[in-house]
Amino acid sequence: MKGSESLQARHRRVLLRALLVVGSMFCFGFALVPIYDVFCKVTGLNGKTQDRFVGVIDVPEGVERSVRVQFITQTNAGMPWEFRPVLREVSVAVGQPTDVEFYAANPTTINMVAQAVPSVSPSEGAAFLQKTECFCFQHQPLKAGEETHMKLRFFVDANLPDHIHTLTLSYTLFDITDRDPKTKS
Amino acid sequence: MSAVIESDHHDHHHGPAKGLMRWVLTTNHKDIGSMYLWFSFIMFLIGGTMALIIRAELFEPGMQIVKPEFFNQMTTMHGLIMVFGAVMPAFVGLANWLIPMMVGAPDMALPRMNNWSFWILPFAFGLLLSTLFMDGGGPNFGWTFYAPLSTTYAPPSVTFFIFAVHMMGVSSIMGAINVIATILNLRAPGMTYMKMPLFVWTWLITAFLLIAVMPVLAGVVTMMLMDIHFGTSFFNAEGGGDPVLFQHVFWFFGHPEVYIMILPAFGIASAIIPTFSRKPLFGYPSMVYATASIAILSFIVWAHHMFTVGLPLAGELFFMYATMLIAVPTGVKIFNWVATMFRGSLTFETPMLFSIAFVILFTIGGFSGLMLAIAPVDFQYHDTYFVVAHFHYVLVPGAIFSIFAAAYFWLPKWTGHMYNETLGKVHFWMSFIGLNLTFFPMHFVGLAGMPRRIPDYALQFADFNQISSVGAFIFGTTQLLFLFIVIQCIRGGKKASAQVWEGADGLEWTLPSPAPYHSFAQPPVIK
Repeated sequence: MKGSESLQARHRRVLLRALLVVGSMFCFGFALVPIYDVFCKVTGLNGKTQDRFVGVIDVPEGVERSVRVQFITQTNAGMPWEFRPVLREVSVAVGQPTDVEFYAANPTTINMVAQAVPSVSPSEGAAFLQKTECFCFQHQPLKAGEETHMKLRFFVDANLPDHIHTLTLSYTLFDITDRDPKTKS
Repeated sequence: MSAVIESDHHDHHHGPAKGLMRWVLTTNHKDIGSMYLWFSFIMFLIGGTMALIIRAELFEPGMQIVKPEFFNQMTTMHGLIMVFGAVMPAFVGLANWLIPMMVGAPDMALPRMNNWSFWILPFAFGLLLSTLFMDGGGPNFGWTFYAPLSTTYAPPSVTFFIFAVHMMGVSSIMGAINVIATILNLRAPGMTYMKMPLFVWTWLITAFLLIAVMPVLAGVVTMMLMDIHFGTSFFNAEGGGDPVLFQHVFWFFGHPEVYIMILPAFGIASAIIPTFSRKPLFGYPSMVYATASIAILSFIVWAHHMFTVGLPLAGELFFMYATMLIAVPTGVKIFNWVATMFRGSLTFETPMLFSIAFVILFTIGGFSGLMLAIAPVDFQYHDTYFVVAHFHYVLVPGAIFSIFAAAYFWLPKWTGHMYNETLGKVHFWMSFIGLNLTFFPMHFVGLAGMPRRIPDYALQFADFNQISSVGAFIFGTTQLLFLFIVIQCIRGGKKASAQVWEGADGLEWTLPSPAPYHSFAQPPVIK
């Protein structure tokens, strides 16, 4: 027993320490958000791709391998746009930049803004599908009745694990008209 | 362990104040403990009524009594009320009553905060229950409130739900800090950590779990609030968020939470079983270490609630093995209780009956938990009635039975009267039969594929569901008998001695029955 210290002071010390734990655990809850994001991006878990430009990486000598890349699209609940890949599937050599297009149309009578969110399956391969240019990097505004072809340029990293022969890239299109600062009136 | 009994020269201490304000302003741990216990019992009846509405609807296939929207509100509110309103406050109430008496302290360390932490609760639950009468109804997204069900698709009342969760979180955190300060600072001289009764130990560990995870719960509901009202996208995919993140953060709180609801029960069983076996508890140190290991492991197993969200193989394996690891310290406890009873001179008073049922039925719940921990088969069990059977087997005969056991065990100390033993035994057997009738068939319908939280079901599940419903009404109505027994015991009955039970051991049994309003003004000396 620490006889020199008053009971009041000991209670206060326990209280302050406990509140410190409470405060830091509250912050930890919020810290889980970036931790989760970084964790998913580093490991490619959850099918998350790198949502940023990646320059072409040289293919090591003598590597000749082709990979099937499939495209699937969907619109989120309540999103009325038409959205489909122009090509459903391509076969690409690793390291070879490839251009594909996606068709989108706004059949409504209002100007809308969309955001595409990608996901790659199997998630193990997500980190190896690199995009040098993607419509998913930007918001996609379409006026009422307008249609467009959206571009994607990607390549498959030569380090893709050998047992993966097919990658499926899925895009979900979300209506973000209400969130976009430019369309907000 | 023995103690010097305080002589009677303390009668200059004032007794309780008179009237209603006694209860509003009280800082006495016994008053606050009683209020917690009564509050918890009221919530138990409200949550139980909701369960009976669910069981009445599920008595027959097809929609009979309630609308599906209301059914969803009932499943959600039943879970929330029982977890946060019934089980947790009951344990805090027991902690308030017992911890100061068990460690030889005059009161809780922070009595004013104690008053505050109780009085937040009626307002939190008043707010939560009021959502049922609002436009769009109350929370209908399940007690786990997964986003986006609880954000994008939630009824407008979700904001009140969020504030209610904040308030009950604040209350639990304050209660936990109080327990920690009391145990760390107010133990009687000579009461070393390894001499503390196990109920005190388990509550100390529970309190640490509470201050570690309740803030995470507060954080996750705050994120929901921001997503709903301030345009953030923590859980919205279109803004760069992720709904699966919700489940990770929620279960990071949620898994330690289930141990918060069971560790104090371990402490109660560890007090009652030795008493009625007339033997000291077998393996006291291993009980302490097992409790601590369970608490630590509880932080690294959360994703076993999410085996089907698309975890990578390495994740599934890690969480599967980590979860199974928890069976080891839990098994240590079960074997210790059995070893305590082995060759003891057992008697079967009501608290002992509830405790033995606790050991047996909690083990069944533990085993179905192990089955659920096997990641590959969890894909079949996930979100079926098998899960419902599992967690009701650990919560009802686990947490609730231990609370009943504790109430019968310490009621004579609290009221100074013995309860009616015959009625207590009737209460036990009716509860035991009702509970098994209700929850055992759920294993079968779950394995056969009946999904949880759905108001209708396929015809082939009808027989088992009818048995479940009959059992639920037996269990539910029996609890009114418990209310009667408690009131009868408060109002009178055979006078209880100080020790009450022949084999009882511990500081609280050195106090007279009923325990005086102020106890241990001078700390007892522990030899």
